[in-house]
Amino acid sequence: MWWRLFFIALLGAAGTSQAEVGGDAENGQTLFRQCSGCHEVGQGARDRIGPHLNNIFDRPAGAADGYRYSAGLQRAADGGLVWTYETLDDFIENPRRLVSNTRMSFHGFEVQQERDDLLAYLRQFSASPGNIPEAAPTAAAVDHAVAPEVLAIIGDPAYGEYLSGECTSCHQASGATDGIPSITNWPADDFVVVMHAYKEGVRAHPVMQMMAGRLSNEEIAALAAYFESIE
Amino acid sequence: MTFNRRTFLGSAAVTAGLLAAPMVRAQGKPRVVVVGGGAGGATAARYIAKDSQGAIDVTLVEPTRTYYTCFFSNLYLGGFRDMQSLGHSYGTLAAEYGINVVHDWAVGVDRDARTVTLAGGSSLPYDRLILSPGIDFVDGAVEGWDLSSQNAMPHAYKGGSQTELLKAQIMAMPQGGTYAMVAPPNPYRCPPGPYERISMVAHTLKEVNPTAKILIADPKEKFSKQGLFEEGWNDHYAGMIERVGPDFGGADVVVDPAAMTLSIDGDVNNVDVCNVIPAMKAGRIAEIAGITEGSWAPVNAVDMSSKMDENIHVLGDAAAQGDMPKSGFSANSQAKVCANAVRGALTGSTVFPARFANTCWSLIDTEDGVKVGATYEATEEKIAKVDGFVSQTGESDELRAATYQESVGWYDGIVADMFG
Repeated sequence: MWWRLFFIALLGAAGTSQAEVGGDAENGQTLFRQCSGCHEVGQGARDRIGPHLNNIFDRPAGAADGYRYSAGLQRAADGGLVWTYETLDDFIENPRRLVSNTRMSFHGFEVQQERDDLLAYLRQFSASPGNIPEAAPTAAAVDHAVAPEVLAIIGDPAYGEYLSGECTSCHQASGATDGIPSITNWPADDFVVVMHAYKEGVRAHPVMQMMAGRLSNEEIAALAAYFESIE
Repeated sequence: MTFNRRTFLGSAAVTAGLLAAPMVRAQGKPRVVVVGGGAGGATAARYIAKDSQGAIDVTLVEPTRTYYTCFFSNLYLGGFRDMQSLGHSYGTLAAEYGINVVHDWAVGVDRDARTVTLAGGSSLPYDRLILSPGIDFVDGAVEGWDLSSQNAMPHAYKGGSQTELLKAQIMAMPQGGTYAMVAPPNPYRCPPGPYERISMVAHTLKEVNPTAKILIADPKEKFSKQGLFEEGWNDHYAGMIERVGPDFGGADVVVDPAAMTLSIDGDVNNVDVCNVIPAMKAGRIAEIAGITEGSWAPVNAVDMSSKMDENIHVLGDAAAQGDMPKSGFSANSQAKVCANAVRGALTGSTVFPARFANTCWSLIDTEDGVKVGATYEATEEKIAKVDGFVSQTGESDELRAATYQESVGWYDGIVADMFG
């Protein structure tokens, strides 16, 4: 796709606004809701289930400070992968095709226009720091409210390791993902929120509702502590 | 919580170590011998080795060098998987988990001396023995059929060569020929298995032999996921499948492997393939060990220990445990409870309360997957069901496709959990 490379080159040289890349940033913001369960972008964005995406353009892969990447992504990073328009476009079309064994459990955007729109949106958060718009923080990554005292429970990772046997009949501890998403190395808070969402029937999946349905608050915290910590 | 249980197990371990210890232990470590390297045995061996970090000496006895899973073997019959993708080696369990993998048959158990005898002649001492031998067939269950006729009329209910044989026979059927199945009585391995198989055989025949017929002789009035299968058969394979239930003689069956006939209630049918799935019982070694009652080995739900010998545990299909179906998922779930309890008994590690789960996916046609599942707990009496769900008839194509994709992910997950 020579034309896109050409545009990027032009963009870098002339500082053209993102609208000229060919994507609709507004629609990209809507599409980003499919990503925001795991990724934050914008002011105050933090690493969640996935790394934050501020300044993702031209960032070497695997370089978000403090985020624990999958072995697959780390391997790609060691191989010199840098996030450019082209590589991001490939990645979000089908994450596992570009980076085998990534933990990113996402089917991908098949439509080129949607990828252009999403990248136009993300591009807004990747200029030099001074140019980052004073946007409100991205919508919270979580879809369910959990009482602070429940979130505050410190889980016992040893109990979590035992309980995890119920998870690893389907979810691979290595983080490999094919048909069943990875739950390895999720931040504990996200894990807790998601499990309570299943337990209370807010998230719809019959197996997960059943499995979460009989977990106590302490057991959910234990699982969260274990899955956050495993190597 | 089970603090009483934990205390009890801890003191039992001390007693066993100080007083009983009949073996001369080369390394001074407690020994666990696991017989059977399937979903129960491989999982138990792996978890005990992994979690004890070398404190327990684990030996796994399994005759085959490559294990072909019985689960997903129907997808091979339907052309959705190749046989290679169902085969797994024990190399990782040996190399990365330090498990002593012995490819041999266990042929004897001396419960007083606590040794297992192998067909090759050696003897393995144990502190705890875990039997996960799967199923064998009840002699004389189907009149006219015995193991000597399994080439003419395959059961294909243990993964591997029998599955390949059945597929070859299906592909060699004459146009418009008849595939017959003699379905098993309860209880048996994988309750939806025979009916998923019918679906997968129908899928293959629809492609290569669309005028072929499928005839099922079934001794059961009802079967697992019946509404879902019958809906799917009607939608995808209309007019191809006939099932004769017990009301019409489905339990009164005689086969003649030489003549290739299947008689149902005296009515003789000439068939081209006859898939005989006889009544089942616990794998023979459970019977040899003297821990069976009827066809199966009764166990205590809390730790899967035999009701007849506290040093023997029984997992998976061979166990009479209560409400769980006989499935690879169930065996894998029971194995983790057992591994935790055995480790606690032998090393004093924490024993957490038993909890079990099962989910069974079935494929009806391309991208048309369904599932059934439940959670279970240990009671004094048995493994008792807590909660469950089943796919609904009339679900959207998208949901069925997602269910199938999920089953593919589950396969990768459970074999990673079994074999490392």
